[in-house]
Amino acid sequence: MTRSKTLHCVFERDKGMREVDVNEIIKNIKEMCIEANHFLSKDMKEVYDAAAVEEESPLGRQILGQLQENLQIAGEDMIPICQDTGMAVVFVKVGQEVHITGGGLTDAVNEGVRQGYVDGYLRKSVVKDPIYRENTKDNTPAVIHYDIVPGDKVEITVAPKGFGSENMSRVFMLKPADGIEGVKEAILTAVKDAGPNACPPMVVGVGIGGTFEKCAFLAKKALTRNLHEKPEKEYVRNLEEEMLEKINRLGIGPGGLGGTKTALAVNIETYPTHIAGLPVAVNICCHVNRHVTRTI
Amino acid sequence: MEKHITAPLKESDIKDLKAGDYVYITGTIYTARDAAHKRMYETIGEHKELPIKMQDTVIYYMGPSPARQGRPIGSAGPTTASRMDKYAPTLLDLGLKGMIGKGKRSQAVKDAIVRNKAVYFAAIGGAGALLSQRIKSSEVIAYDDLGTEAIRRLEVEDFPVIVVIDSEGTDLYEQAAKKYCK
Repeated sequence: MTRSKTLHCVFERDKGMREVDVNEIIKNIKEMCIEANHFLSKDMKEVYDAAAVEEESPLGRQILGQLQENLQIAGEDMIPICQDTGMAVVFVKVGQEVHITGGGLTDAVNEGVRQGYVDGYLRKSVVKDPIYRENTKDNTPAVIHYDIVPGDKVEITVAPKGFGSENMSRVFMLKPADGIEGVKEAILTAVKDAGPNACPPMVVGVGIGGTFEKCAFLAKKALTRNLHEKPEKEYVRNLEEEMLEKINRLGIGPGGLGGTKTALAVNIETYPTHIAGLPVAVNICCHVNRHVTRTI
Repeated sequence: MEKHITAPLKESDIKDLKAGDYVYITGTIYTARDAAHKRMYETIGEHKELPIKMQDTVIYYMGPSPARQGRPIGSAGPTTASRMDKYAPTLLDLGLKGMIGKGKRSQAVKDAIVRNKAVYFAAIGGAGALLSQRIKSSEVIAYDDLGTEAIRRLEVEDFPVIVVIDSEGTDLYEQAAKKYCK
């Protein structure tokens, strides 16, 4: 039994399995947790800058200016952009020609999160049980989404998610007859209800299709997409533009104190669904839309 | 309008504050969020003494990130106030005069604000690094076991907030959104 297992591993190595040690995963995740909480991606900063110019409300412009200053202080003085350094959401794409060595992959992800939050002076916001609520004191466990893909690389995205905006997120199980108008209404309803609670200007992640959990996953994933990247389907591109415009006409504005910049972007992902359903998830993120991606 | 006030709050200052005013607070304020509120609420139910005096006090709904060496506090922005709505009227009836948070409040909280001549301020959500620079000292004074949710005494200097609900019950969120709604 042991002999045949050993032979099998040799066979795999001969075929070119690439080995990735868990220590490399741990080190990268630790660094990504710290980076994500102190620096926003370039595309996020660019939409901030544009919004600060375009905002019509003077108070709104003042707030956007302060948020830009906040980003600068965060990076220079290494103070987290927001005190809610989030629950760590980690997307891991594992190439099927990769062999993880030295321990379990899930344990490595959690160890990386633990080291990042403890050594990086990040807030520990995770409780062990949703009812009894004892803090785990190291921000673990992470919420991990695995995907098996072709190739010999491991791609990791760390997206710390704050709960001011997470709490305002919604799933709507629409009927096929509700169509695209129903989707638009669902998005506007979620954003209106979120209002000032979700720290606008927001980034709105939307998942359409799949099942109950798949659309929520897509909405979360949509938040990590580069804001300059456009979806392939034309109607989705148009829907993103139309919804951004409609949301910005709601008047909620920066900080919810009135203005024309309620959202910085709307990112929509779609997936095939069942003949009987039209699931829509709206995952709202505040202006501190954090995500860092690395490929190992 | 821009105004400078001191904390604990004075009755005359509160009367002067109107929804929409941009206010800089200097003085002593206390942090408390979900878990600390729950515990204080239970303490009141048991007719025991609270760890902080409510009269004229300002509570900041905030749980900071850990301080790096040589700094009083880490990132320190507001959390969503509505989660404290269940507890706030009781604290207001005990003399609490100011709350700093972000987001909408319930009608029961608004009524308690008017009844007690208090005020609800918003700090800018997600500006935790910037706001931390206006906090000069921070000391845990109760519920240490709650970690980031412990009650802290903060000394603040020109801490920037905006009046959202004034002592007459005017709500800036409702008015401001209408103005830019197209």
